[in-house]
Amino acid sequence: MVTMDDYKDGETEWCPGCGNFNILEAVKRSLVDLGKKPHEVLMVSGIGQSGKLPHYLKCNTFNSLHGRTLPPATGAKVANPVLTVIAVGGDGDSYGEGGNHFIHAIRRNPDITLIAHDNQIYGLTKGQASPTSELGMKTKVQTHGVLHTPFNPLAVAISLDCPFVARGFAGDVDHLSSLLSQAISHKGFSLVDVLQPCVTFNKLNTYKWYHDRVYKMEDDGHDPANRMAAFEKALEWGDRIPTGVFYKRDSEPFESKLDVLKSGPLIAKQYDSAKLDRVFENFS
Amino acid sequence: MLNGVILGGIIIVDINIKIGGEAGQGIQTIGSVLSRTFVRDGFYVYGNQFYLSRVRGGHNYFHIRVSDHPIYALDEKIDVLVALDNQTIPEHIEEVKEGFVLADESIVGDNVSENTVSVPFTEISKDVSDKKLFSNTVAVGAVFGLLCYDLSTLKKFLSETFKRKGDEVVEKNIKAAQAGYDYVINGKFEGICNYNLNPQPTKRRILINGNDSVGVGALAAGVQFLSAYPMTPSTGVMTRVAAHADDFNAVVEQAEDEIAAINMAIGASFAGVRAMTTTSGGGFCLMTEGLGLSGITETPVVIFLGQRPGPATGLPTMTEQGDLNFVLHAAQGEFPRCVLAPRTAKDAFNQTRRAFDIADKYQIPVLILSDQHLADGLFTYERFATSDLKINRHLLEDRFVGSDYQRYTITESGISPRAIPGQNGALVVADSDEHNEAGRIDQTTGNRIRMNEKRLRKVDGLTDEMQMPVIHGIDGADISLIGWGSTYGSLAEAVDILNRDEVSINLIHFSDIYPFSHDTVSLLDGLNTTICVENNATGQFARLLRAELGFEVSKKMLRYDGLPFTPQSVIRELKGMGVI
Repeated sequence: MVTMDDYKDGETEWCPGCGNFNILEAVKRSLVDLGKKPHEVLMVSGIGQSGKLPHYLKCNTFNSLHGRTLPPATGAKVANPVLTVIAVGGDGDSYGEGGNHFIHAIRRNPDITLIAHDNQIYGLTKGQASPTSELGMKTKVQTHGVLHTPFNPLAVAISLDCPFVARGFAGDVDHLSSLLSQAISHKGFSLVDVLQPCVTFNKLNTYKWYHDRVYKMEDDGHDPANRMAAFEKALEWGDRIPTGVFYKRDSEPFESKLDVLKSGPLIAKQYDSAKLDRVFENFS
Repeated sequence: MLNGVILGGIIIVDINIKIGGEAGQGIQTIGSVLSRTFVRDGFYVYGNQFYLSRVRGGHNYFHIRVSDHPIYALDEKIDVLVALDNQTIPEHIEEVKEGFVLADESIVGDNVSENTVSVPFTEISKDVSDKKLFSNTVAVGAVFGLLCYDLSTLKKFLSETFKRKGDEVVEKNIKAAQAGYDYVINGKFEGICNYNLNPQPTKRRILINGNDSVGVGALAAGVQFLSAYPMTPSTGVMTRVAAHADDFNAVVEQAEDEIAAINMAIGASFAGVRAMTTTSGGGFCLMTEGLGLSGITETPVVIFLGQRPGPATGLPTMTEQGDLNFVLHAAQGEFPRCVLAPRTAKDAFNQTRRAFDIADKYQIPVLILSDQHLADGLFTYERFATSDLKINRHLLEDRFVGSDYQRYTITESGISPRAIPGQNGALVVADSDEHNEAGRIDQTTGNRIRMNEKRLRKVDGLTDEMQMPVIHGIDGADISLIGWGSTYGSLAEAVDILNRDEVSINLIHFSDIYPFSHDTVSLLDGLNTTICVENNATGQFARLLRAELGFEVSKKMLRYDGLPFTPQSVIRELKGMGVI
């Protein structure tokens, strides 16, 4: 029986009131709900406040580089698909620095869940715009306000036919942890974009701002199997902001398509040097 | 001296064949059929190619040298020049002194001389098959005709090669080869052959290039994950591993970019398998961030880098040893690394196996530094010995892995016992931040010093493993050439030629580049005049000798035109320098 205590570790270094606390709580709850043991889980993170999350969790951890969360997670998943691999990154991490990996991880489709802490600001470098910052948001760098169209991770993921696309809100741990459980259980690449207020630097997208706007799509009868409807929901942003599962479909994960993995994980394979003789036939 | 093969014998058979043409005309096929036929008949072949960065057109060539002794370099003279395009004759005629030019009549044009043998390749092909398709096989037959060389091995080789395409294709190829042969040997060119080439029955040898040897070496080392972004001239390694991946329980993944490539390999390695990535200098630029990640997380990774002239796109298909400084210093901060630069294809096989072992043992990144010259260089060997293959992953055994496992335990050797995530219920925590023994972020100064020193202590053990340079030629010579990596063949042969002319010269050649073996400095201090020979413009290896060992070479010989040294070019330069 796995309990919350099994995953308890470390002193946190986040600002009081940070949305990250709730995301951490939701991650723990979903792992406990799914009955995953800590040694069965590998958390891979990038850099930033989000990247610290695995440090406050007791499980296998690989804290990588800024923006590089998905490639090592993919390599690890291929080497040992028995591991439950969860990637954690911020909006800069996942959609800025790691934008190319985000696109190609969806195309490659390993059975990995990406939890993107989306606070629409760069917190650790003290408040610059992120790829998801609102148009016009002023910062010390974006002195004339943000000029770039915000990146829409959900619409991009749906357009790439990502098998599981969801959005959670850090202010609703119950709902978020249920989304995470579904994402982790879903075969293939799963994206959970988490609206996460940054209480220190983002004065625009606050808890109150979100509470006034977010709603659960399931209450509106959204059908996640309908890709066009999902795409429409992904474009909805303003007075009403949808949360929940936008899109899901069955998929065959990358590592399941690899013939060599059909008989077990790479790490368990025996080496057979006798096969080298056949290789040398190519050169004589 | 080198891998059990002795250079320096008296070479009696020494035939050089160059096939020139546009990309896409099949010069590689002709070169490959010729060289493999000679190898099967017991000759030693060394081959290499020059190609441009284009898929079709342009002027490329394939050079093969055939000998009765092991050879590792090209010669500058040509005995048979096969011209498939209009540019070949004007471009290479100067190299054909006593040899022959073999070309289709349409190409010969006004270049007729007594050394020109014009054979209607296309017409003959049409005669035997109604198609132009076999004109390259006609050319191969004509080359053998010119050498008065028995066709039976060629015919067997063609049968094997085209068997899966059906009997008709086999038959037409054989007919085409015979027709090309007959045209030269029976027609108006009768009696021009003045080469004495007789098949020499022998054990079956292999013909293998540097890239393939690295790929096979990686398979022999038990590589199970290779992620790379294709880049000339390194791609052959990726292709070779991919060709056998299923048999060896390996996964080859083409990454979206080089950043992903190295990071995926690091992830796979962290999770427990031997992993590598392959690239060239430009791709390695993108990998430097990942190199540091391997350094601080102490995750083993093997990086194959096929050098080409830079900076930026540079000369994408040519050769240079210009990235040495770069690989020594790439990535921020200080951490142990190892650099190996194979000298021949066989050395590439052995060094690649070693690279994986060193990476695992010391939990560091290991770089295999090659270049286009070695990547494409074709070498003849007896099959590599594989009976000594043992793989030690240097991992903790299950019985030593408990719930209190700490990934970065401080040890005297600097090597922390390594477990795999989930092994025996253990947790493995790794961090790119400075971390404590448990793998958790720790920014205290005391911890920083302890951890940094722990990692750097690994250099002591690593240095003990490094091999001394090879000494080729006479002992105690007046002049010592110093070289590294792919220049071995040309430098060794230059030394052989000069030793036969009683010049007191030898070669000190490095394959283990960083760190240097302990005894290197005493070896170098015992030398007389030293000339560092490098395929770059600034003498990067000479600088490394100075920086690491305080050793100053007497002179430098540098070539940076995108082409490799030849034995003849080395001798010319030595004369030009006035040292011989």
